[in-house]
Amino acid sequence: MSIFYTEEHEWIAVEGGSATVGITDYAQAQLGDIVFVELPAAGRELTKGGDAAVVESVKAASDVYSPVTGQVTEANSALEEDPSLVNTAPEGAAWFFKLTLADPAELEGLMDAAQYKAFCDGL
Amino acid sequence: MRYLPLTEADRSAMLGVIGAKSIDDLFVDVPAEARLSGPIAGLPLHASELAVERHMTRLAAKNLSAGAAPFFLGCGAYRHHVPASVDHIIQRGEFLTSYTPYQPEIAQGTLQVMFEFQSQIARLLGCDVANASMYDGSTACWEAITMARRVTKRAKAILSGGLHPHYVSVANTMAKYTGDQLVTSLPTLSPTPDTDDLIAQIDDDTSCVVVQYPDILGRIADLSKLAEAAHAKKALLIAVVTEPVALGAIKSPGEMGADIVVGEGQSLGVGLQFGGPYVGLFACSEKLVRQMPGRLCGQTVDAEGKRGFVLTLSTREQHIRREKATSNICTSSVLCALAMSVHMTLLGEKGLRDLAAINHAGASAAADRLAQVKGVDLITPTFFNEFTVKLSKEARPIVRALADKGILAGVSLGRLYPGIADLENGLVVAVTETTTQEDVETLASALEEALA
Amino acid sequence: MSNINPSGWRPTTPQASGAAGDDVTFTGNRALMLEEALIFEIGSTETTGVDFGTAPRATSRLGGLERTDTIGLPGLSEPETVRHYTRLSRQNYAIDLGLFPLGSCTMKHNPRLNEKMARLPGFADIHPLQPVDTVQGALGVINELAQWLVTLTGMHGVAMTPKAGAHGELCGILCIKAALEARGEDRRVLLVPTSAHGTNPATAAFAGFTVEDIPATHDGRVDLEALKARLGPDVAGVMITNPNTCGLFERDMKAISDAVHAAGGYVYCDGANFNAIVGRVRPGDLGIDAMHINLHKTFSTPHGGGGPGSGPVVLSEALSPYGPLPFTELYADGHITLVEEETVGDRHPHTFGRMTAFQGQMGMFTRALTYILSHGADGLRQVAEDSVLNANYVLRAMEDVLDAPFAKSGPCMHEAIFSDKGLPEGFSTIDIAKGLIDEGFHPMTVYFPLVVHGAMLVEPTETESKATLDQFIGALRSVANRAKQGDPALKAAPALAPRRRLDETAAARKPVLVWKDAALAQAAE
Repeated sequence: MSIFYTEEHEWIAVEGGSATVGITDYAQAQLGDIVFVELPAAGRELTKGGDAAVVESVKAASDVYSPVTGQVTEANSALEEDPSLVNTAPEGAAWFFKLTLADPAELEGLMDAAQYKAFCDGL
Repeated sequence: MRYLPLTEADRSAMLGVIGAKSIDDLFVDVPAEARLSGPIAGLPLHASELAVERHMTRLAAKNLSAGAAPFFLGCGAYRHHVPASVDHIIQRGEFLTSYTPYQPEIAQGTLQVMFEFQSQIARLLGCDVANASMYDGSTACWEAITMARRVTKRAKAILSGGLHPHYVSVANTMAKYTGDQLVTSLPTLSPTPDTDDLIAQIDDDTSCVVVQYPDILGRIADLSKLAEAAHAKKALLIAVVTEPVALGAIKSPGEMGADIVVGEGQSLGVGLQFGGPYVGLFACSEKLVRQMPGRLCGQTVDAEGKRGFVLTLSTREQHIRREKATSNICTSSVLCALAMSVHMTLLGEKGLRDLAAINHAGASAAADRLAQVKGVDLITPTFFNEFTVKLSKEARPIVRALADKGILAGVSLGRLYPGIADLENGLVVAVTETTTQEDVETLASALEEALA
Repeated sequence: MSNINPSGWRPTTPQASGAAGDDVTFTGNRALMLEEALIFEIGSTETTGVDFGTAPRATSRLGGLERTDTIGLPGLSEPETVRHYTRLSRQNYAIDLGLFPLGSCTMKHNPRLNEKMARLPGFADIHPLQPVDTVQGALGVINELAQWLVTLTGMHGVAMTPKAGAHGELCGILCIKAALEARGEDRRVLLVPTSAHGTNPATAAFAGFTVEDIPATHDGRVDLEALKARLGPDVAGVMITNPNTCGLFERDMKAISDAVHAAGGYVYCDGANFNAIVGRVRPGDLGIDAMHINLHKTFSTPHGGGGPGSGPVVLSEALSPYGPLPFTELYADGHITLVEEETVGDRHPHTFGRMTAFQGQMGMFTRALTYILSHGADGLRQVAEDSVLNANYVLRAMEDVLDAPFAKSGPCMHEAIFSDKGLPEGFSTIDIAKGLIDEGFHPMTVYFPLVVHGAMLVEPTETESKATLDQFIGALRSVANRAKQGDPALKAAPALAPRRRLDETAAARKPVLVWKDAALAQAAE
């Protein structure tokens, strides 16, 4: 499994032809306490860079973009029950959705962990 | 000028602190050609309180106020007696001169009022939740239509012919720009509302059916079948209530299956005021709450664990979502909501039911009396406090002629539906607890004379 | 992800300092600070505070729809009702109590003469559908106020019906849309500065426009050259707030208008900050096509805890033909008529339609006209001058303590902006705001506009005396210094208000929006 990051603070863990997407620890820290997450329904076609989910704190709402093109296979319903998971386990239990990869070549150009850390340090 | 506390000495001292020679130095960023050198010519200068009061009182005296005449107007605005303590409470400076409660620690008064109001409205309309109010009934109605579009992801709304024509007009205006498709029709002078026609029109593209209850002619009909038909096609039923006092006597739209109930709250506590400010009501089922427009107050606790209230779910709103907000609305009508809430608290359930019973009985007796007048036919067999009669002549000139005699006879359908021949003899008559038997007699005699 | 939390506001679960030593009393009251239960906890469905006569005998015509279930509306007797709401009122801050420096909200004194006039039965007790001959005085108020607004702004016409500022914005934008349609042009883009109030982009989107940001220059104003570069056949117009939300006058406003007009677009001006220039500058002279006026800001109709407002829109000659119904028309003989659907005919054929039932916020018109007549042309000019003077006084008295990002750009208009720059780690704007509460002041507008991080926008208004300003400045300097020194007590402020910091996170995660009987609610879970 390999993990990539976007400049918009999404992470994507890829295993074979499928991938899991969430938001990074940096993003959850910027947002503060998460109160609501709106997830894409299974079966929805997402495009790279397009709106995929919404995450809300008390004072901010952000769109989460899909890092790649693909079809949603599963959304993490645990987040709808308990959005605070995004604060406590953003890069683990609080994954947002899983999808099938339409074009693995889209992963090129995303950052790896070290590059993303350097990117955040520069913000 | 009595409202400006700075003295000339203050002004020069403050300019000194700022480091400006004159007030003009503070307006340097205004291009020279746009600066006005003195008071705008042709406008009066400041005036004493006495002089202003004299001017305004003269204007007010040119109007025939409802309390000074036998009065029978309704159609979306109703005259009820408002207890004196309602106005006393809304004039308390802490309510009147406060702002939207963005700092909840010093706005618990307004916030608790909002929470109580939401709770009262949800119960009155028969829904799970209500918001803290909208501008008025007509804009709340349009917001409900757009909310149904967001929920169902469909854009065709079917509007009943019994919906207030101004509300239809507002929706038509907005729909021109949003791409919503509205199916509208005119009312007919028939004894029953258009429920069956509406049911027949619902299809797989329908986002919602919008029906007024009681409708523009005062008619009431069970909404259950309409709700079932809408739900069978996964469409929403939106009910519009312009006379909330009715819900002290008749079933609420929520209990008959309406998904969204909106309304005009003016008739409880607010007064006629020539059309505004009024208070829009908005209630819906719990599962739709994130798609609801307008302010919401929620219960929480403070750092010491004490119960308190805050504005909540505000990520739906424009100040955070900007172009993705559920609505562009920024203000609600909190002071009018307070007036309505106080009036409801004074009434309580018992008082509201008594008030509704008096309204209905008075209207029913008035309908019987007017139906005895030659040339007057009662069109609406079921109603709450407002009914429609068909006159043997065009109603509009008769309403005007009666107004000249100091009688405010009701709303002619010709005023609301200009140029529709089938409706021009219709007159909508509202009767509330403020209407006396003598008023009804006066109207009956005047109509007798006018129709002879 | 899109713009993560642009304002910088990160509320978290509140922490108690444990310092206050509350709840020493049996009731939980603290002398004049009185706790008050909900009406649902103290009222009953059998209690009423209103006496009625008996209903006359008559046939029931409810068609079998009688409401038989319990509605669940609690009632209180009149004395209990008055006490309930009076106690609640005392938990509110208000202009009547003190300085309320919310930037861009114009919380000025609300004269009580306005209230008295609005309650004259000739205004308060007339029905919106009465024959126009019986409401000539009311139409006279609308007409007279309309004349004032047109003259004060140097515009051509005015639409009086919009119910609030955002409704007025919508009215202006729909006029632009209608004008473009009449020209047969499909321009889709509205340019809006990032510093704009959230209603601007929300309104534009509602009317079907695509919103694009206009960049700002480092001195806090619209970047004229960047704006010019973006203009083109797809741009419908611009929405600009002037004076802007950074408290600055847009010096290039006329040049902006000229450029937009040359490119075939229209200029919408958000008039929220008109108070700073009323009587000194006419927006019509700056090339504005439409501007809403918040009567509840500039013209002192009360805010009432969040409405009702009123937002008439003044229009240029180019946009006036598209304004909404209904409106008043004055005849030479002094008779005023109301032009609505039935009378419009070919007199106003291009109207985009009706925005609301009835004639607009009449109760606000009587108040605003009363206020305007009290001030007159000279008094209104003084209003603008004193409001600008007061704001500049605060700006210069604070700039050594708080970061004032545009202080070097010159004088501010009627509001002064500060940022959280220079506060130590862990301290932010919210701590200063909450500290001010303990000092007996309402905080300023916080975290708006978004272009300034941790923004604090202070608008004192002209109805504050120098003594009040000096006291406020003293309090703000004290709180700002405490923040800079990292005073931990400030993180737990307010300690002296009716409530400590409230848990907004919990409120949003599990919303409780209506009262439910505790026993029933438990049973349901």
